[in-house]
Amino acid sequence: MAESPRPLVKVSGLARYFDVSAPWLNRVLDGQPRLILRAVDGLDFEISKGETLALVGESGCGKSTVARLVVGLYRPSTGSIVFDGVDMAGLGGRAEMAPIRRRLQMIFQDPYASLNPRWRVSAIVSEPIRAFRLIEGESKIVERVGQLLRQVGLSPVDGEKYPHEFSGGQRQRISIARALSSQPEFLVCDEPTSALDVSVQAQILNLMKDLQRQLGLTYLFISHNLAVVRHIADRVGVMYLGRLAEIGPKTTLFTLPRHPYTRMLLDTIPDLDMTGCKRTPVAGEVPNPINPPSGCAFHPRCPFANDRCKTERPEPKANETGSITACHAVEEGRPPAGPLPAAAA
Amino acid sequence: MKTWRNLKDLIRRFAGSDVFFSFKRSPTVVAAFLLTLIFLVAAVFAPWIVPHNTYDVASLNLMDARLPPAWIEGGRATYLLGTDEQGRDVFSTIILGSRVSLLVGFASVILALTLGVALGLIAGYVGGVTDTVIMRVADVKLSFPAILIVLLIDGVARGVMPRDLHDKAAVYVIVLAIGFSAWIQYARTVRGLTLVEKNKEYVQAARVIGLHPILIMFRHVLPNVTGPVLVIATLGLGIAVLTESTLSFLGVGVPPTEPSLGTLIRIGNNFLFSGEWWMAIFPGIFLVLLVLSVNLLGDWLRDALNPKLR
Repeated sequence: MAESPRPLVKVSGLARYFDVSAPWLNRVLDGQPRLILRAVDGLDFEISKGETLALVGESGCGKSTVARLVVGLYRPSTGSIVFDGVDMAGLGGRAEMAPIRRRLQMIFQDPYASLNPRWRVSAIVSEPIRAFRLIEGESKIVERVGQLLRQVGLSPVDGEKYPHEFSGGQRQRISIARALSSQPEFLVCDEPTSALDVSVQAQILNLMKDLQRQLGLTYLFISHNLAVVRHIADRVGVMYLGRLAEIGPKTTLFTLPRHPYTRMLLDTIPDLDMTGCKRTPVAGEVPNPINPPSGCAFHPRCPFANDRCKTERPEPKANETGSITACHAVEEGRPPAGPLPAAAA
Repeated sequence: MKTWRNLKDLIRRFAGSDVFFSFKRSPTVVAAFLLTLIFLVAAVFAPWIVPHNTYDVASLNLMDARLPPAWIEGGRATYLLGTDEQGRDVFSTIILGSRVSLLVGFASVILALTLGVALGLIAGYVGGVTDTVIMRVADVKLSFPAILIVLLIDGVARGVMPRDLHDKAAVYVIVLAIGFSAWIQYARTVRGLTLVEKNKEYVQAARVIGLHPILIMFRHVLPNVTGPVLVIATLGLGIAVLTESTLSFLGVGVPPTEPSLGTLIRIGNNFLFSGEWWMAIFPGIFLVLLVLSVNLLGDWLRDALNPKLR
């Protein structure tokens, strides 16, 4: 990673716990303890300007929670999110938040739910402009909306239509136009292509890449699709049960994965060269985050786990390859270099 | 001159709109609209339309009591739909009565709707303790029959106010009472719909840009929950008219000197078995047509305002 003097976004010790226990009365009557779901449990990463960091992981590993934390939809339980030198948790009122909010925007997963069905597209796209009072005067706003729609590959005439008149890909373009309308520097994309057809996915990803080049955008890209991540990311973080298993530059991570979980995930990518080869399937499933395994959360599925993994939580450590890995086995040089043996799960 | 041109422009835009197109396409809706319009115009301009002013007790003639409609033997042309047991022209009492009924119906529905929608939105969107408090109050309210609450409010008003003042304020008391007993339905419906809408991503997109919760509630959530509310409101109009008539029958509604549609049906009901059917049937038909046409309009409006169904 090229060290810039100050990363645009710096997340340290970020955690978010959800109280999922039964109502107080039921809990007292049944003698149940409080149930705390640790959706995100201590996360550190930085994103430099103009870079794309992708977070990948299986369902339920806390990827989307991270996205919501970073844009301020959730408040972190502990830890800090520093955006361009300003700690977002320290900002109290709406007025204090506004300058930061203008600079970060979000693109959502489901293009069918992320646009208000009762609003015309022009109203949807211009909402951030009006909310932040970026442009005064109706005719100038209309002009800007037309410009934004053209920028994402739609026609200014489309502003008069309603969202339901568009296809999924077109709606995602509208979503992007809305996100761009406040001229943000940082976009959080929560699985923006997972609801789209494969052919449309590529179009949206290329559009996002073009926009990044033109406008110097920084992306936090949440996805479960490794092929998509490989296409768009500069750096990749692999999440497992609310923690980062491994984070590093894309090429390093895809060619020299160190963490057993990363290797397991990469083994599942279909590949033409591997046709007919025997592949290691992903064994087991993500444990329940309400009651996570002791020590390293991955140990029940890990082929290299020993007693240390069951008791001691691994801390992230930098590798010689440039990535950061949280794994006792990697640290001790336990795993062999070759293909993974079948996981004991 | 300029405002006139703006108005003409507005009319032209409305005539070309999708809503007007869907209106033209359905003859049922056009009929329902015309009927509602006639009822409304008749109610508003009643004092100039009716052939006999039945509020003027001095003009009544007991000799003309219980006359059948004009086309039946014994009927008189001046009393088109016959007369009641006090010699009042049924046609005139219906028109004048519909005025009272519609006033009470509309006013109480608007009150209940405003109250219910606002409380439902807040309960659903804010959640937590606010939600619990509002919905428990609604639950307690729901455990009483609506008519009991109305009787309670009316009873208190009677106790507090002197008699002649109460007679004057009777209509407002009833509007308040019906409005306060009917808001729960709106609140529960709106709360349920709000709970669904608030987790949709367009609401979260609005939260990301830091829009004030009140603005999110009214600009984003409200337009997406109005459909069912509109239907409840049209049904509620009928229920409000009927509740008012029940009250009037029980003697706690509007003063009997100025009867509403419900009162007329109730009075006519007493004469149904003695063969004087016109006293109950004509106000009844009028009430049915009124409620039906309003309901049809509401149903159509729900579909027409939903952009997905256009």
